[in-house]
Amino acid sequence: MEFFRIQKDIPFMKHALVFNIISLITFLLAVFFLATKGLHFSVEFTGGTLMEVSYAEAPALDKLRDALGKEGYQDAQVQNFGSSRDVLIRLPNREGMETGKVSEKVMASLSALEGGKPELRRVEFVGPQVGKELASDGAMALLLVIGGIVVYLAMRFEWRFAVSAIIANLHDVIIILGFFALFQWEFSLPVLAATLAVLGYSVNESVVVFDRVRETFKKKRGLTTPEVLDHAITSTISRTIITHGSTQIMVLSMLLFGGETLYYFALALTIGICFGIYSSVLVASPLVMWLGVSREQFIQPKKEKQEAVV
Amino acid sequence: MNRYPLWKNLLIGLVLLWGLIYTLPNFYGEVPAVQVSSGKATLKLDATTAIKRVEESLAAAGIQHDGLFADLTSVRARFRDTDTQLKAKDAIEKAFNPDAADPSYVVALNLLSASPQWLTNIHALPMYLGLDLRGGVHFLLQVDMKGAVTKRLDATTGDLRTLLRDKNIRHAGISREGASVVVKFRDAETQSRARSVIGAANNDLQLVEGQDGADFKLTATLTPLAQKTIQEFALRQNIGTLHNRINELGVAEPVIQQQGLDRIVVQLPGVQDVAKAKDILGRTATLEIRLVDDSPGALEGALQGNIPPGTELYSERGGNPLLVKKQVVLTGERLTDAQPGFDGQNHEPAVHLTLDAAGARIFKDITRENINKRMAILLIEKGKGEVVTAPVIRSEIGGGRVQISGRMSSEEATDTALLLRAGSLAAPMEIIEERTIGPSLGAENITKGFHSTLWGFIAIAVFMCAYYMLFGLVSVIALASNLLLLVALLSLLQATLTLPGIAAIALTLGMAIDANVLINERIREELRNGSSPQAAIATGYDRAFDTILDSNVTTLIAGIALLVFGSGPVRGFAVVHCLGILTSMFSAILVSRGLVNLIYGKKRKLEKLAIGQVWKPGV
Repeated sequence: MEFFRIQKDIPFMKHALVFNIISLITFLLAVFFLATKGLHFSVEFTGGTLMEVSYAEAPALDKLRDALGKEGYQDAQVQNFGSSRDVLIRLPNREGMETGKVSEKVMASLSALEGGKPELRRVEFVGPQVGKELASDGAMALLLVIGGIVVYLAMRFEWRFAVSAIIANLHDVIIILGFFALFQWEFSLPVLAATLAVLGYSVNESVVVFDRVRETFKKKRGLTTPEVLDHAITSTISRTIITHGSTQIMVLSMLLFGGETLYYFALALTIGICFGIYSSVLVASPLVMWLGVSREQFIQPKKEKQEAVV
Repeated sequence: MNRYPLWKNLLIGLVLLWGLIYTLPNFYGEVPAVQVSSGKATLKLDATTAIKRVEESLAAAGIQHDGLFADLTSVRARFRDTDTQLKAKDAIEKAFNPDAADPSYVVALNLLSASPQWLTNIHALPMYLGLDLRGGVHFLLQVDMKGAVTKRLDATTGDLRTLLRDKNIRHAGISREGASVVVKFRDAETQSRARSVIGAANNDLQLVEGQDGADFKLTATLTPLAQKTIQEFALRQNIGTLHNRINELGVAEPVIQQQGLDRIVVQLPGVQDVAKAKDILGRTATLEIRLVDDSPGALEGALQGNIPPGTELYSERGGNPLLVKKQVVLTGERLTDAQPGFDGQNHEPAVHLTLDAAGARIFKDITRENINKRMAILLIEKGKGEVVTAPVIRSEIGGGRVQISGRMSSEEATDTALLLRAGSLAAPMEIIEERTIGPSLGAENITKGFHSTLWGFIAIAVFMCAYYMLFGLVSVIALASNLLLLVALLSLLQATLTLPGIAAIALTLGMAIDANVLINERIREELRNGSSPQAAIATGYDRAFDTILDSNVTTLIAGIALLVFGSGPVRGFAVVHCLGILTSMFSAILVSRGLVNLIYGKKRKLEKLAIGQVWKPGV
């Protein structure tokens, strides 16, 4: 079996501008949704109490809401989760409330209701102090990833590659966040982890292409820069699709079998993988071209390289 | 040319064998067990005698066990089913804690790996499951350090008042203002005299002179060093107190750890009753000093049921009954410290108590009036009192330094000091994070994580074999060995496996296949360009190596950033992700190459590789 039967190098660079404009529009849309709708942060970031309660028979949500309202939790969000028998309750933190005790009080008032007894499946309570730290830790982690990758790529390749790889892949991150803002999916800690993992993973993709670019520059004389890039992308495209396909199979499996907890994690990865292919190949490469990559930049390392191999 | 030297093949084989052995325990599952560990800081569990006691108590109750194990801190017994486990727990509990009100040992239900003894002996244990997989409670407690400092300053205020009065220095008022204590004087001379006296008596204070209108001021603040000591002490003491309290819950493997400068993590696997856990964590025990009613005949009367009014019947630690007056002389709020030590004269073990100024004054008066009478020190917990000790007052005790001694071993002294200190928390604590996972949800999470990994793996395996034929099979074997090594490494390090961790395993596998795809594509390309099969294998692997290294390093950078800044679920993800990248480098390059070498390396006249169709342009 061989999926990719490509006769000639595909002239990707001819359409470089189109790819970048598409990319820019998606990026701007993502920023727009982030700005207007904002992210729907999970309890871990905002602070508050989240409870998952399970009943033997589907309870009437209105009754639960009333009962909680009577206890003083008018701002409680009560909704079904997974099935009609599972209920998710969200309570924001409030000043002057003994936050650590909320879950017991809620359970007590729910148990006092007529009908089936609830079974407590999960409680997550996060105080206001913790949420803020998580947000700043997340930002620090993002900065560390960006810095680390730029430095590494600049060392192994050239600063032009480093800069274009990071621009292309940061825009993936923004697009993932844009999706989460548009559909108001819950942005939780695992989603943050997935986002950062995607950043590392799609830089991967750029690295594979850049590796080829370097090799082609060294081996084939007389090709123009766009031709070199076209050749590099074309000769790696089969690997790109198959690798990402395999990773996506795994992620799909998580999406299908992983349950609620892994659902958004897998969703973030899916978006990241799809846009990762696009941006790391079709956005990063034109950027490298425009930043003025050329053959001369690789002549020096060539000698070193051969010595290293021998 | 495509042959590995023997040592390299052996090395790969050994590593895989190692991986297999350390992965094994995860397949055996777990069996119910009962665990006995010490419930008191001062009580050391002696493994050999403890095992004997467990064995005897089980034999006496006619319960069969499936093996007894001991380590440094606990003894565990395995049982066939949970019914036997529950019966055994009762029997062992009775044998170890004859007095249910004062348990010395923690007897808890636990799960033990069912793997054979030889695996346990080489420390091959199953992966350590996080709370989201096994169910339980996680708390993050914030210690109020300001509260600890304020408490100390309040005590200092009283101390200074006493000190100045003792030295006959007239002041115009002492008060705590925020984080400092301000003493006012009428004239400059008293001010400087006070300064030297205070400076000599207390080196934890920084003194600054000042003037406020007609008044001369002396502002005392705690030195940074003193503040740090107070905070460290508060944290240590709170952790100690939590240990004592959690022991009561009978949790098999509680985790109580300091996190950062002012936080404590408490994890109680298997605990479902959150309300009770919170109640116990947040409980405040108090210390009370009362006088003992030693009037002749009163005790005998009380034992027969005629308790004189105004008194209560308690039993001393040794079991002797004691009649204690209801009137409280002093409470634990006046106690600033309790340390074990030795009597200055006869070198007997003793406990040194430090009272604050007000407490010292009361204590002085009381001791003066009650020489040769007995005084009881009680610890009141959950509304129930226990007499810690009831010494005889020999002389008037002033200065707030009290020593309890007599008929005490040094271990008991440490124990008593700890109990007295533990009576109240050094600084208030607040729960700032709570995570409770029900046991059914935990089990579901394991199944979900397992299924996602399994089906994803099968799908990838089928595709790889179909697309790359024999090389696909080699890649799948390499991927399987990656999984094996990753699980072995996680088991060996006993890193906590969480649901995001399982997701990371799945994701690592999905990403690790990249290396093999790179290699296989490279070999096909070499073949397409007309290389001989053997040369194609060699150049394919060599060329792909650089790319694999680069791409793994960038992924690793992201993983490390998550590890450094992540907490909770993110950290669980990051640990597995980073380890997975390392194992995948090994398996994708060495294991797969080793296999390919074994298959093709010896064939001199190799015409064709089973790597699927190699399409050539223009044909």
